[in-house]
Amino acid sequence: MDEKHFTPENIDMAWCPGCGDFGILKSLKKALAELEIAPENLVMVSGIGQAAKIPQYLNCHYFNGLHGRALSPATAIQAVNPHLTVIAESGDGDMYGEGGNHFIHTIRRNPNITNIVHNNMVYGLTKGQASPTSRRGFKTPVQVAGVLLEPFNPLAVAIALDASFVARTSITDPDHTKAIIKQAIRHEGYSLVDILQPCVSFNKINTYQWFKDHAYPIENHDPHDRRAAFDLALQESENGKLPLGVLYVNPDKVPYHKAAGLYESDSSPLWQRPLDREKLCTLIAEY
Amino acid sequence: MKKKKPQDISLVLVGPAGMGVQTVEQVLVKVLQSAGYHIYATKEYMSRVRGGMNSTSLRVAGSPVRAPVDRIDLLIPLAAGAVSHVAKRLSSSTIILGEKALFEKEIEDGFRAIDIPFSKIATEIGSKIYSNIVAVGLLGALFHVEFQLLQDFIRKRFAGKDQKILDENGQALQAGYEQGARLAEQENVEFDLKPDPNVKKQMLVSGAEAVGLGAIAGGCNFIAAYPMSPSTGLLTFLAKHGRDFNILVEQAEDEIAGINMALGAWYAGGRAIASTSGGGFALMTEGLSLAGMIESPLVVHLAQRPGPATGLPTRTEQGDLDLALYAGHGEFPRVILAPGTLQQAFDLTGHAFDLADRFQIPVFVLTDQYFVDTYYNTDRFDASEDRVHHHFIESEEGYKRFALSDSGLSPRAIPGHGKGLVAADSDEHDEFGRITEDLDLRVKMVDKRLARTKFLVEEAIGPTLWPQESDSKHLVICWGSTLPIVQEALERIGRDDLGLLHFSQVFPLHPAAAQPIGKAQTRICLENNAGGQFARLLKTYADIEVDHTILKYSGAAFTVEEIVTRITEILD
Ligand SMILES: Cc1ncc(C[n+]2csc(CCOP(=O)(O)OP(=O)(O)O)c2C)c(N)n1
Ligand code: SF4
Repeated sequence: MDEKHFTPENIDMAWCPGCGDFGILKSLKKALAELEIAPENLVMVSGIGQAAKIPQYLNCHYFNGLHGRALSPATAIQAVNPHLTVIAESGDGDMYGEGGNHFIHTIRRNPNITNIVHNNMVYGLTKGQASPTSRRGFKTPVQVAGVLLEPFNPLAVAIALDASFVARTSITDPDHTKAIIKQAIRHEGYSLVDILQPCVSFNKINTYQWFKDHAYPIENHDPHDRRAAFDLALQESENGKLPLGVLYVNPDKVPYHKAAGLYESDSSPLWQRPLDREKLCTLIAEY
Repeated sequence: MKKKKPQDISLVLVGPAGMGVQTVEQVLVKVLQSAGYHIYATKEYMSRVRGGMNSTSLRVAGSPVRAPVDRIDLLIPLAAGAVSHVAKRLSSSTIILGEKALFEKEIEDGFRAIDIPFSKIATEIGSKIYSNIVAVGLLGALFHVEFQLLQDFIRKRFAGKDQKILDENGQALQAGYEQGARLAEQENVEFDLKPDPNVKKQMLVSGAEAVGLGAIAGGCNFIAAYPMSPSTGLLTFLAKHGRDFNILVEQAEDEIAGINMALGAWYAGGRAIASTSGGGFALMTEGLSLAGMIESPLVVHLAQRPGPATGLPTRTEQGDLDLALYAGHGEFPRVILAPGTLQQAFDLTGHAFDLADRFQIPVFVLTDQYFVDTYYNTDRFDASEDRVHHHFIESEEGYKRFALSDSGLSPRAIPGHGKGLVAADSDEHDEFGRITEDLDLRVKMVDKRLARTKFLVEEAIGPTLWPQESDSKHLVICWGSTLPIVQEALERIGRDDLGLLHFSQVFPLHPAAAQPIGKAQTRICLENNAGGQFARLLKTYADIEVDHTILKYSGAAFTVEEIVTRITEILD
């Protein structure tokens, strides 16, 4: 399948020239095309932010909802119709800040969705304030003395919550990003792909070069080893190193829609199931 | 309204949480219903799991009863402090039945108390835990329930327990029954109510269950909610029946997730309800606004309790009408339904799903703690008619989710059904659903979203007038849960120049809603809140003013006597 299938006509893109978001869009399209996912079967769900505009630039179904809330509709869409491929994609502010509570509990819930986060360590759309992943000391018009807060470590949090798939890539390596996205989509259950992404307009610290200098590919790591995965995830907090690749996989987790028990004997989406009125009459007769 | 007075006994059980008030109540009402008595029950409880003091007020009658009264004919205090808890409701005609030693100090002179050593009788049989069964036996006898009926019921309820417990339960029931017979004879305590054979065919159902059954009948197949009194009853009801009816039930991490999941579910073809109380709904308001923007159907069950903030978690109020009416930033249409009876709760909840789906709008079912926790016998709900009609289409290539049209309604498609692509965008968008900052298009889209208001008004359920087609000189106006209470109060007053107008749809108003109000000389609006929110709504949206308001905002529901007094004060 050609990635052009996913390119809509006449779109006016709101991203700054040189932004890492372009690379992510391209890698995603390639991944989708290589996986032969039909646009009619794909639902992109996003929140609000520059990253969250990505569904607007894709030819597929999409639910571009509220800031911070992408994971909730994504969970429901997939659970109501498990035949759809559902990707929830937004920025770090959206997913880890405004949507932090949903991030935690969606991991616990383990819906069969792919969660892609553009991690540019800044708020782009609102013009350059700190994000939860901004490094300490990062100066902005709001954080005038530099960021005081400990950066949010999404991978460590996800592994601590036993997320079923946890990976990080950097858009400085688009092929690796594409490969990881493919793995994440194929994985059954919740998968997190945190993508390091330079924001050329508002983050002059965490640049393409900075990511190249601080990120490195993981080697000789068993992703089923949760403790080793956690050690890797902690590196960013401990020595500023950003390991790239699949850190953790738990293949034994049952995806949410299956655990919820409505698909054991019937795989059809909920809208195809008529109300059993006879049963309802019986229930009413019990009162 | 015509003068009428039900023949009924008001029976009140009072005790701390966890003391078995509920067991007595649950067994008793079922047995009394089987014996052909009309039953009404309402609860008042504290926001705590143990201790405190809770009460269940029952009315047992020969004709339908559906409203709380202050009067107590028979009080069963189950602990010290119980009598004081309801002191204001006692009169010289109240009979207090129970272990006198517990409450002797709380009784004033002139009150009648009869000592029934429940726990002593129970302990002699085997354990104090049988006290409740002794009480059931005694009450059964006072109401002339056949012993066999009681026995069968108790056996069924405790089926599966070991033989010793079953035997001792039987003995406790027998002992209680004998006490009752003795009371009837020696103390002249007896209730002669005429059973009504129709009652046995009816159902005994609570407000929360009626909303739940209505949701199922409306094709609900998704709820993600965060527990909050008094809305939790609906969540547990749907959880209990979820697997039987293909309903996905999830406890969301917060109300924000709950409503956003509900919108996701509708987007993918599901039929979702968001259920919460005021505080939780406050968190949902951005999601409500999203429903407006993406023209998504949505049903919201908002079970009111007194605010602001945490307020009185287990008490009642009609204080969130304004909240439902104005919640959500930006301008978008909505419908607010407020059932007054259990039948209406069933019908309107089903109707809410249909309205939401047809007009792609949020529809509220506005209840309150009093309503969801109250139950009585009512005709069995009829689910034989197929009321679930999906209003989405199979899309074609080039499908535009927000296609402009005169009606403002664009056919709604869902992903995975048809060849088209379905977009939903919380930004202002074009016909396809892509983000836009074209300000001319913005105007068109706002007009489109608001255009359906016309249909909503056309489809609005008008208020109900009693007596029918009357021009009463004096008119009481009420909405939602207060209906049966006002009805009984007006029947007691019995003036033929006094009528009642009840709104089960409070927004938008039916175009002719104001007519009967316009004709009345004295217009009294009765509401369970402090601000007279519905009176204000009438002024704003129907340009009609009321002369008097009867308001209550103590956290308790109105009682019949209270309404009689307050209306009489106005009319005299
Ligand atoms: C409830 C709410 N609060 C705030 C905003 C404003 N807002 C929009 S995007 C955004 C942050 C964007 O940062 P991020 O999610 O990291 O995405 P980026 O733009 O960097 O890609 C904020 C604060 C909003 N739209 N909604
Ligand atoms: S503001 Fe930053 S993140 Fe947003 S498009 Fe521009 S460069 Fe990219």
